[in-house]
Amino acid sequence: MSGNIQLLSDTLAGAKAEGRAALIAYLPAGFPTVDGGIEAIKAVLDGGADVVEVGLPHSDPVLDGPVIQTADDIALRGGVKIADVMRTVKEAHEATGKPILVMTYWNPIDRYGVERFTAELAEAGGAGCILPDLPVQESALWREHAEKHGLATVFVVAPSSKDERLATITAAGSGFVYAASLMGVTGTRESVGAQAQNLVERTRATGTELPVCVGLGVSDAAQAAVVAGFADGVIVGSAFVKRMLDAPDDAAGVAAVRELAGDLAKGVRGQA
Amino acid sequence: MPSDFFFPDPTGQVPSVEGYFGAFGGKFIPEALVAAVDEVAVEYDKAKHDPEFARELDDLMVNYTGRPSSLTEVPRFAEHAGGARIFLKREDLNHTGSHKINNVLGQALLTKRMGKTRVIAETGAGQHGVATATACALFGLDCTIYMGEIDTQRQALNVARMRMLGAEVIAVKSGSRTLKDAINEAFRDWVANVDHTHYLFGTVAGPHPFPAMVRDFHRVIGVEARRQILERAGRLPDAAIACVGGGSNAIGLFHAFIPDEGVRLIGCEPAGHGIETGEHAATLTAGEPGILHGSRSYVLQDDEGQITEPYSISAGLDYPGIGPEHSYLKDSGRGEYRAVTDDAAMQALRLLSRTEGIIPAIESAHALAGALEVGRELGKDGLIVVNLSGRGDKDMDTAARYFGLYDTDAEVAADAADTAEIEGDAK
Repeated sequence: MSGNIQLLSDTLAGAKAEGRAALIAYLPAGFPTVDGGIEAIKAVLDGGADVVEVGLPHSDPVLDGPVIQTADDIALRGGVKIADVMRTVKEAHEATGKPILVMTYWNPIDRYGVERFTAELAEAGGAGCILPDLPVQESALWREHAEKHGLATVFVVAPSSKDERLATITAAGSGFVYAASLMGVTGTRESVGAQAQNLVERTRATGTELPVCVGLGVSDAAQAAVVAGFADGVIVGSAFVKRMLDAPDDAAGVAAVRELAGDLAKGVRGQA
Repeated sequence: MPSDFFFPDPTGQVPSVEGYFGAFGGKFIPEALVAAVDEVAVEYDKAKHDPEFARELDDLMVNYTGRPSSLTEVPRFAEHAGGARIFLKREDLNHTGSHKINNVLGQALLTKRMGKTRVIAETGAGQHGVATATACALFGLDCTIYMGEIDTQRQALNVARMRMLGAEVIAVKSGSRTLKDAINEAFRDWVANVDHTHYLFGTVAGPHPFPAMVRDFHRVIGVEARRQILERAGRLPDAAIACVGGGSNAIGLFHAFIPDEGVRLIGCEPAGHGIETGEHAATLTAGEPGILHGSRSYVLQDDEGQITEPYSISAGLDYPGIGPEHSYLKDSGRGEYRAVTDDAAMQALRLLSRTEGIIPAIESAHALAGALEVGRELGKDGLIVVNLSGRGDKDMDTAARYFGLYDTDAEVAADAADTAEIEGDAK
């Protein structure tokens, strides 16, 4: 069974055709439990997200701030396994028909086996992967297997990326390009800086046809509306996780992320 | 004039331009750090070929660090090692008390050349943190040191030293609250502040070019030791022995001996409470290849690539990774790695203190325990060089509790006396 890279591309193209940016949400698998995480992800998709990135929690999340570190920690202590991540992807996709990506660090996949991981992710209906600590020059093996199984390889670009690297990265990537809005780890920020817009422009200037979506720091509808003004997609992670952490119980957490997805969905339509 | 203390670009073809030592190494870093890591590589390459850089570093090595360091024969200690001759390379006599200053001064000069004004570093035992804080004081750089919360407690003296030197010390409360987590936090800082901050990485791990660059700054240890042992013993040693956590002091000692095929290169890993207990940090003995902190190397991990929590009585060795060049030496067979328990290391620490009047760091005591074993294997004709990578002042609280040396702890002392019996100790 082939992965859903085409569904991802079609979804992003669909948003563009509507004259809006896509809303891409992130939540880790296994948080607060495997089933609770699946419910939350379905609620986010139901609330208005176009795409979800399912986090595969890692013991050493060096690119994540305290919010996602806390969620990863809860998931790992709960014993989340890669099989649970696959089930999360499968159930979220089957329930909603929407594209689901996995976001994780490279070591879990390296250890699990690239062929085994890509085959299982495609089988689960996954659309691709974001691997922020796998730079393009180390990615040949991954891309070979991802391509074989119909999975997108979404690379991250950063404000510090030089133009020639942007060209290399956009040429190697598929699905979309993840533009980090700022230099830093995941977490909500007061504002998303001007360097995000500059990075989107420089990325597009490579001539790539991939949509350019902006993540890091976006937490509310107003910020989403600003980013939607210059990017093809808005990626929100920590703000969802924080709603879950702050909720008095799991049901309230699911309701809170559904509500946030609804707000952000208005934001990406310029209705903030 | 060639440098007396800086020996970059040794003969041999590792690492490759991509930073690979055989199957190990590379550059597994987020895109946000690619430009900064490339800048370090370019600047280091320029510095390597700049006589002014070597002149500045030589001046610091002689007049600040106090190089060359002594090679001390320890015959009373060696009586417990089957009569083999043992010499200690005295990196503990360097300014700040360990080998770490060799690398720190090199990277501090590089920081100035890159025009960066702030330095961050991780530390386990605090030796790298103290050395970094020292260099920052010397060069007028802002300094932030990340240290696991558990390590700030067991190495409190070094925390005070760093603060005295003007550094900010941040106790890291995430994960296992030891060295690995300090490195994670330093990476998070670096990603956010990379425009004006250099990450002064303290060991021969991390993304290329750090494993090769940090090694080059420490090669002086082995180059000096090789010359000194030839002068003193008239021949090359049968074995060069060092402790390995991340592996910087070990690669520093080993590297000059790699072409000398008759010299065994033996790294001593922390076996903690014993490999079989699972409470250890013996990465090459019990780990599998994986990616941690920017490079591929042996890693302590589970079947799904989650890093497992390491344990060692020694904060400086309490790390689930290892520099990629050690993984390469292991797999190629050129290096041998054995595991030394907490208890064996502590016995060796006391034995050296009482037979030679030298109190070693607990890290270095792992190498001494290895030397006792290897000496017995070699017999009385054996000749061994051990890297005494650091001094033990910082460890006195841990050692005093272990052996019951505090007056206020009389009962603990009595218990510990039973468990702390060492061969030949009473004579």
